[in-house]
Amino acid sequence: MRSTETNHDKFHIEDLEVYYDDFRALKDVCLSIKSNRITSIIGPSGCGKSTFLRAFNRMNDLIPNVTTKGQVIKENQDINELDIVDLRKSVGMIFQRPNPFPKSIFDNVAYGPRAHGVRSMVELDEIVERSLQQAALWEEVKDRLDKSALALSGGQQQRLCIARALAVDPDVILMDEPASALDPIATLRIEDLIQELKGSVTIIIVTHNMQQAARASDYTAFFNMDEDRAGYLVEFGETEKVFTFPEKKLTEDYISGRFG
Amino acid sequence: MITDQTESIISKAKNKRNLKRQNNIQILGYALVWLSAIIAVAVVFWIIGYVLSQGLQLINLEFLTTRPAGGVSGEGGMSTTIVTTLYLVVLTIVIATPLGVGAAVYLVEYAGDASRESKLVGFLVKAARTGVEILAGVPSIIFGLFGFALFVSYMKLGFSLISASLSGAALILPTIIRTSEEALLTVPRSYREGSLSLGATKWHTIFNVVLPTAIPGIVTGIVLSVGRIIAETAIFWVTLGGSYHLPESIMNSGRSMALHVYMLASETRAFDKAMATASILIIIIILLNLSINIISRRLTARVAGKL
Repeated sequence: MRSTETNHDKFHIEDLEVYYDDFRALKDVCLSIKSNRITSIIGPSGCGKSTFLRAFNRMNDLIPNVTTKGQVIKENQDINELDIVDLRKSVGMIFQRPNPFPKSIFDNVAYGPRAHGVRSMVELDEIVERSLQQAALWEEVKDRLDKSALALSGGQQQRLCIARALAVDPDVILMDEPASALDPIATLRIEDLIQELKGSVTIIIVTHNMQQAARASDYTAFFNMDEDRAGYLVEFGETEKVFTFPEKKLTEDYISGRFG
Repeated sequence: MITDQTESIISKAKNKRNLKRQNNIQILGYALVWLSAIIAVAVVFWIIGYVLSQGLQLINLEFLTTRPAGGVSGEGGMSTTIVTTLYLVVLTIVIATPLGVGAAVYLVEYAGDASRESKLVGFLVKAARTGVEILAGVPSIIFGLFGFALFVSYMKLGFSLISASLSGAALILPTIIRTSEEALLTVPRSYREGSLSLGATKWHTIFNVVLPTAIPGIVTGIVLSVGRIIAETAIFWVTLGGSYHLPESIMNSGRSMALHVYMLASETRAFDKAMATASILIIIIILLNLSINIISRRLTARVAGKL
């Protein structure tokens, strides 16, 4: 098990700006993400939440014509200087819609380790079981590991994607509205799972759901967009504080549902 | 009040008449559509039926297993042409598939980034795309002439299986590239992102997620191409030669079934044997088309996790 120290920061973001061609989608973002804690990112649609999240594992680089300025520093290292494979191995990502590969449940979870050169079946068996257990899916699928992942329900698929991400042993997991495509019960299961993972993994979660952010996270970052439609950070702090005594009027308005 | 009522009655009657007229037009439309469908199907069945009725009576085990004797009489069976066709198909597909699928992977997965980085590459990619489009519409005899000039004469490969397969590969390459491209484009972006986010390289992603997902489409393109190779005549007339002997190496000349039909019909008196060979050809093509449906349905079901 990884150490559960929480005093140090996992990420420092300094003056982060992201451009799509000439359009500035995100400006002047500065904040620190605490290790082994849950940080939620809230804000109205189009304020750059997902763009911000995708800066942590350089997924924005996949989109042509995106330029990123400023620095994302992970444990004293600029992520642009890290090997992209190592970076993405240590920073997993869960997407809005569950995206299991059209392969068996086992092959889905074993995909990451195999990509990184694990060949031994004994080792793979062990990793798959551990990851599925961590993702609270083992009991439901242990008898049909060779069946297609696409036959699972939406909620199960999303937990499978979490197991798939856990299988490469990341220290950070990014979640982009992981429950937005799921029903309320599946949503609760994902939230429980996030709580269980906290302590061993740093979780950054984008969410539209204010209650979810309030009850599930330790820190909250509130984003908004200015007149040029560029996203910027309005307020960042401990969730309790942001939700009960917000510093900015805008935050209060958003949280109380006056816009967004 | 009264006028209102009468008006509504009149308009109702009008509506009814309109409905009736529309209904009649609809029935006429259906009739025309059905008629054209019936004519089209009838013509196809007539052709197939005629060939089969003329040809099937000659077909027996002996016809299938005897070599053609050559000469103007058209004596003998068709055994070597069946085997030659098989050789030709296998060799052509083996040459064309890696090239075609590779080209499609480049065009779909790499060309975009490469063209953004360099104007020259962008221009070349555009030229390649246009080239593929144009080649798909070029008559097969042009490929035959090209193959004759390049492989048969210039490279001194002579009339041979290898000349024919190389020319045939050039012929089906556009089909394989385009069907593979389309298949690759239908693979959801989320699969690629999911793989890359796990730290897999682009190459690993293409090989382990993108290509396996695109397999049904790619296989459909390959099977279509098999049909094309079986059916083509002119291109092999000028590259494969027409020897009725069984090729012993890829440097030997040979005769595919379609070529055999052509040569029997044009150079011998054995028109009935041409019909018999044509019947076998038709049956194979029908089976091939049925197999496309079955194969692609099975593969799609497997990719979608229903098997």
